Amino acid sequence: MIEMRDVQKHFGALHVLKDINLSIPAGQVTIVLGPSGSGKSTLCRTINRLEPIDSGTIAVDGTVLPAEGKELAQLRADVGMVFQSFNLFAHKSILDNVTLGPIKVRRMNKAEAEKLGMSLLERVGIASQKDKLPAQLSGGQQQRVAIARALAMRPKVMLFDEPTSALDPEMVNEVLDVMTSLAREGMTMLVVTHEMGFARRAGDRVLFMADGEIVEDAPPEQFFTDPKSARAKDFLSKILTH
Amino acid sequence: MDFSFLTDPRYDFLGAFWMTIQLSFWSALGAFVLGVVLAAMRVSPVPLMRGFGTAYVNIVRNIPLTVIIIVMSQVIAGTLGLRLAVREPGVNPQGFLDSQNFRLAVLGFILYTATFVCEAVRSGINTVPPGQAEAARAIGLRFTQVLGIVILPQAIRAVIAPLGSVLIALIKNTTVASAIGVFEAAALMNLYIENEADKFPATFLAIAVGFVIITLPIGLLFGAWAKKVGVKR
Repeated sequence: MIEMRDVQKHFGALHVLKDINLSIPAGQVTIVLGPSGSGKSTLCRTINRLEPIDSGTIAVDGTVLPAEGKELAQLRADVGMVFQSFNLFAHKSILDNVTLGPIKVRRMNKAEAEKLGMSLLERVGIASQKDKLPAQLSGGQQQRVAIARALAMRPKVMLFDEPTSALDPEMVNEVLDVMTSLAREGMTMLVVTHEMGFARRAGDRVLFMADGEIVEDAPPEQFFTDPKSARAKDFLSKILTH
Repeated sequence: MDFSFLTDPRYDFLGAFWMTIQLSFWSALGAFVLGVVLAAMRVSPVPLMRGFGTAYVNIVRNIPLTVIIIVMSQVIAGTLGLRLAVREPGVNPQGFLDSQNFRLAVLGFILYTATFVCEAVRSGINTVPPGQAEAARAIGLRFTQVLGIVILPQAIRAVIAPLGSVLIALIKNTTVASAIGVFEAAALMNLYIENEADKFPATFLAIAVGFVIITLPIGLLFGAWAKKVGVKR
């Protein structure tokens, strides 16, 4: 579903993605772990080209990412993205946030889009808040709306860029529960996260990144119980012992 | 003070201010549209558009308005022959001149005021978190949609109060139109100066109060409006 070949990216002198080669089959839930600054968010953002790459190719469902323009917008519509800071449209109601994409991009009529929107809000448990503005919701609720907004495009892939990092601890689970149920349904997901419990429970595969490279690529159990590299051992010792 | 000139049939006090209001209305409308377009250009990903927007704003807003209005009349209409009204042969040209000068003045005000609208809107764009533009792109919206549906509606709501100041400045700036023969409030004031020299303080006061009556409610209205539609974050 996602194919990355020889991807390189620099931020000025900093080499943030080094020789990334990655193939993610449909239905797989891939967890990206790593210390901050390791390039995991950048990796996630290059997949729908919110971050341009210097060289290499990225293909989604067999289509190589086009440059800026209509084709790129089309491709982005097929790739759902959930951000750390929710990024809901602050001037639009919760329901409008979810229906905007289907109406403007998929050319769905309003009634149909609202039906779809309500069913998705139902599913993430926020249907009763549909007429509120984003600022009136808690962080956890906003993030669930953001997931519903991405799902409304009926994406082939969902990208999660640290979706729970900006949440109060008691709100993390409500978001992870939605993500876990998505994973069970067979959605292809790439999740950048620090939630190790979620990684173990819902992940099919763990990518461990450090300094712009994929250092380890293993099933979660193997990664957590028997990491191969020194970097991964060091990382795990820091986060699993506190 | 003697305010008898207000009811003197030789002077059309209300008519002059009505002209001021008409000039302001059409100029404000045009300046808002052009200003938003310029702001869109200044944040566009196309370097040529950005360059044009930046150059336009920095050149035009630094030219005195009087120069712009006189250039509209003498150069754009006079030398280059721009016609904004139809001149019918054999008919008294006063009607043509009135329309032509009015429209030239409005065009001049639009070109000038749009630069201030642009800068206000651009500062409004900066109040919208960049993440929202990313989220809009991520659901597949094109640049014009991102701008038109997500960014500008929030940006404009954030700058309604400063846009009110731009509008007030515009209304007062329309006095420059008298320089090219548009009979608005300042032209009436000139007439008073000539004909009613003995009533100086009263004529000035009447014109000043006339403007305040128009502009003061606008300031209050825009302030209240800004509070009402402001985007909660």
